[in-house]
Amino acid sequence: MLMPKPDASVIARRSQIAADLRGLCAAPDAVIEGENERRPYESDALTAYHALPLLIVLPSTTAEVSRILAYCHLHGIKVVPRGAGTSLSGGSLALEDGIILGLSKFSRILEIDFDNRCAVVQPGVTNLGITNAVQHAGFYYAPDPSSQIACSIGGNVAENSGGVHCLKYGLTTNNVLGIEMVLIDGTIVRLGGKHLDAGGYDLLGVMVGSEGLLGVVTEVTVRLLKKPTVARALLVGFPTNESAGSCVAAIIGAGIIPGGMEMMDKPAIHAVEDFVHAGYPLDVEALLIVELDGPPAEVDHLIARVEAIARECGSMSLRISNNEKERQAFWAGRKAAFPAVGRISPDYYCVDPTIPRARLPDVLTHMAGLSKKYGLRVANVFHAGDGNLHPLILYDANQPGELERTEQFGADIMRYCVEIGGVLTGEHGVGVEKRDLMGAMFDKADLDQQQRVKCAFDPQGLLNPGKVFPELHRCAELGRLHIHHGKIRFPDLPRF
Amino acid sequence: MSHFRPTDEKQLAEIVAAAVAGEEPLEIVAGGSKRNLGRPIQTPHMVDATAFAGIRQYQPEELVLSAGAATPLAEIETALAARNQMLAFEPGDWRALLGSGGQGQTLGGIVACNLSGPRRIRQGAARDHLLGFAGVSGRGEAFKAGGRVVKNVTGYDLCKLLAGSYGTLAVMTEITVKVLPLPEAARSVALGGLDDSRAVACMTLGLNSSHELSGAAHLPRGADGKGTALTLLRVEGPVPSVEARSQALRDELKAFGKVEILGDAESHRLWNAVRDVGPFFGDAERIVWRVSLAPSAAPGFVAALERGLDLRHFLDWGGGQVWLAVKEGQDGGAAAIRAAIIPGQGHATLIRAPAALRAAVPVFEPLAPAVAALSRRVKESFDPKRILNRGRLYPEI
Repeated sequence: MLMPKPDASVIARRSQIAADLRGLCAAPDAVIEGENERRPYESDALTAYHALPLLIVLPSTTAEVSRILAYCHLHGIKVVPRGAGTSLSGGSLALEDGIILGLSKFSRILEIDFDNRCAVVQPGVTNLGITNAVQHAGFYYAPDPSSQIACSIGGNVAENSGGVHCLKYGLTTNNVLGIEMVLIDGTIVRLGGKHLDAGGYDLLGVMVGSEGLLGVVTEVTVRLLKKPTVARALLVGFPTNESAGSCVAAIIGAGIIPGGMEMMDKPAIHAVEDFVHAGYPLDVEALLIVELDGPPAEVDHLIARVEAIARECGSMSLRISNNEKERQAFWAGRKAAFPAVGRISPDYYCVDPTIPRARLPDVLTHMAGLSKKYGLRVANVFHAGDGNLHPLILYDANQPGELERTEQFGADIMRYCVEIGGVLTGEHGVGVEKRDLMGAMFDKADLDQQQRVKCAFDPQGLLNPGKVFPELHRCAELGRLHIHHGKIRFPDLPRF
Repeated sequence: MSHFRPTDEKQLAEIVAAAVAGEEPLEIVAGGSKRNLGRPIQTPHMVDATAFAGIRQYQPEELVLSAGAATPLAEIETALAARNQMLAFEPGDWRALLGSGGQGQTLGGIVACNLSGPRRIRQGAARDHLLGFAGVSGRGEAFKAGGRVVKNVTGYDLCKLLAGSYGTLAVMTEITVKVLPLPEAARSVALGGLDDSRAVACMTLGLNSSHELSGAAHLPRGADGKGTALTLLRVEGPVPSVEARSQALRDELKAFGKVEILGDAESHRLWNAVRDVGPFFGDAERIVWRVSLAPSAAPGFVAALERGLDLRHFLDWGGGQVWLAVKEGQDGGAAAIRAAIIPGQGHATLIRAPAALRAAVPVFEPLAPAVAALSRRVKESFDPKRILNRGRLYPEI
């Protein structure tokens, strides 16, 4: 992965910069300078890529973040914002000539406001930490990425994180009401709040999912939801991926939006069954978990309807949870899918394109062909409700060339998914991982416009450079207007 | 004076590029139903985007619809209803409120103004349902953003910027939205005679229950603005579910007085009135404002205003959206209304007023200096010469 060439003159000034930054922060341990202490910040959850950061700074207040960014802006020092470091796309991959701005000390819940169904929290609070703070009153925070025990809400905002309940409850962007953020020049900005749809441009909307390239979030107001009274699940086995796929389409076609709808293919089913013994049927090609949540009268009604639909679609096996223990057992295998695959292979690589659901059989067939071509096994777990596919490619990093083959395999999958009307990433983000594939989905004009928005926030390109965009352009060049000919005021065009 | 009616994206790009070269701003219209919304525009040049119409792709099982931006909303809603689906953000029809002619609303108009109805509190706003678009920027360049699937984080979410931009960033030509199943049934739990504080307390209890409300409104003079106070809480879903939930709500809200359960037809009629700002239809001479704030702040906000203004009001979104009809004064109540909002904790938009008033007072909530500066730079990034709908949103945008 080619990253921007490190600036040797910045690296040479490391100890001076460290001393300056120490002067901007109250805590004596706010700046991490020693090489061994910097090592843990080399990479995030995408461990294939790493770089030793220049320094790590861990501010405690918004004012400190503002001073640090203003300093970096003045001195032209690159900044990589970092939450819990759980990005799967290299979003917080370090730069040798850039500081890591860690928000781990921003770990307080500032306000819980049940009357307005929201909470104000600092960005370092974990996703699950929010739910833990409000569940005594029966509330929760809806988006639930699988890393929710560790990932921070600030990171969720940066990545627009999803989870298994997105189709019904939305992604981060649909559940964040407001933020406080700091621009690269140190300006502190508040967007949104406890009210909805703030006037003017929806800057909050473009900040969510901007992968740390536009600003540093220092406070988040999230929407709280009342926990559904009950949740019940069906575990349904199908003889083919096609029949499982048609069942998904039929459920949605019948007007039912399940709280969660997950699918696994045969390799995934076998990997998890060997690992957690969840009691999954082994004679099926595809397994579907459909979870209905809400008021009991609704859930019981819909369970019966989904059961009928599944039988019409040719289910081979069908179980319905009658209590919480059974429901958890259905999920146990799915939740263990990643470690289960990790157990049967030295390494695995996960991508996350979203596809039109109807094309799932085509994608799986195409993927089987690629699997042969590259000589690498693949297991699939699929957020069937929203079309977000997670192929897990099994490889061994110790075999020379295998990582490169795996990356090519993943890239081929993503390109195919874009070709059939899908997108590169449904929830993991572009980061460095999918950066060079952006051209498969967007034309130059599309990417130029996105980068012009970046220029509006960060004209020097100091925030998280090397991520998301395959080519870095200077803002002056991007902003230039190409007025062709320029003589005719209005050409000869249809008028009325 | 020039009226352009481009028939394809290439022509549209040429028109905008020519306007950029001549630094002549363009007004963007299609259905024309919202020309009275926002600040008045001073330009003789108009681009009529009507040709960008028609449903391009509709796959009910994918929950996705793509259509030309100028497709009439009615056409989209009819096509969706035929497959038991809907635009879940429940966009209203404000033609009667605004007294506007025009041929009717378009999908692009709804998205560009980010208009959402009562179900916004449950299903999100128009911005939450915009998945992708194609269009021409104020630089005269064709581009696209987003995708055609319901879950996508590839690149910046430019859809959010376009929703609510009032045509000041790009002329959209094609739009992809998320669609959702139509609820099988609706019930409304109705209470009479509550004052604002009691009504908000009642709605809060309902919204904080596990009954998944899809609407919570308080109409101090009823749905037509001529009756007595009516508080409405809506549940939607399969029949057995709405029956059980509305009955449970009735029991839980007993402390607030007599509770009645309304069936599908009555529920539908009342919520359409709330959505379309029906309670103010009879007050054609009054200035109409829409205020968004934290729901719990609504009763105090209205009480403070009533001391100084001749005011009618009603509440939607559990109190989070306050509709005001003000007897015309010097500034249509602008100063008093904006002074009653704590900075950063809400915003007021002038929805219905004569053009002179919409030119004289800020139609949209004035922004904090840093946000205003950032907004100007975002505008420049799409439209450096301020060609598209110049001044519609803010004088400098």
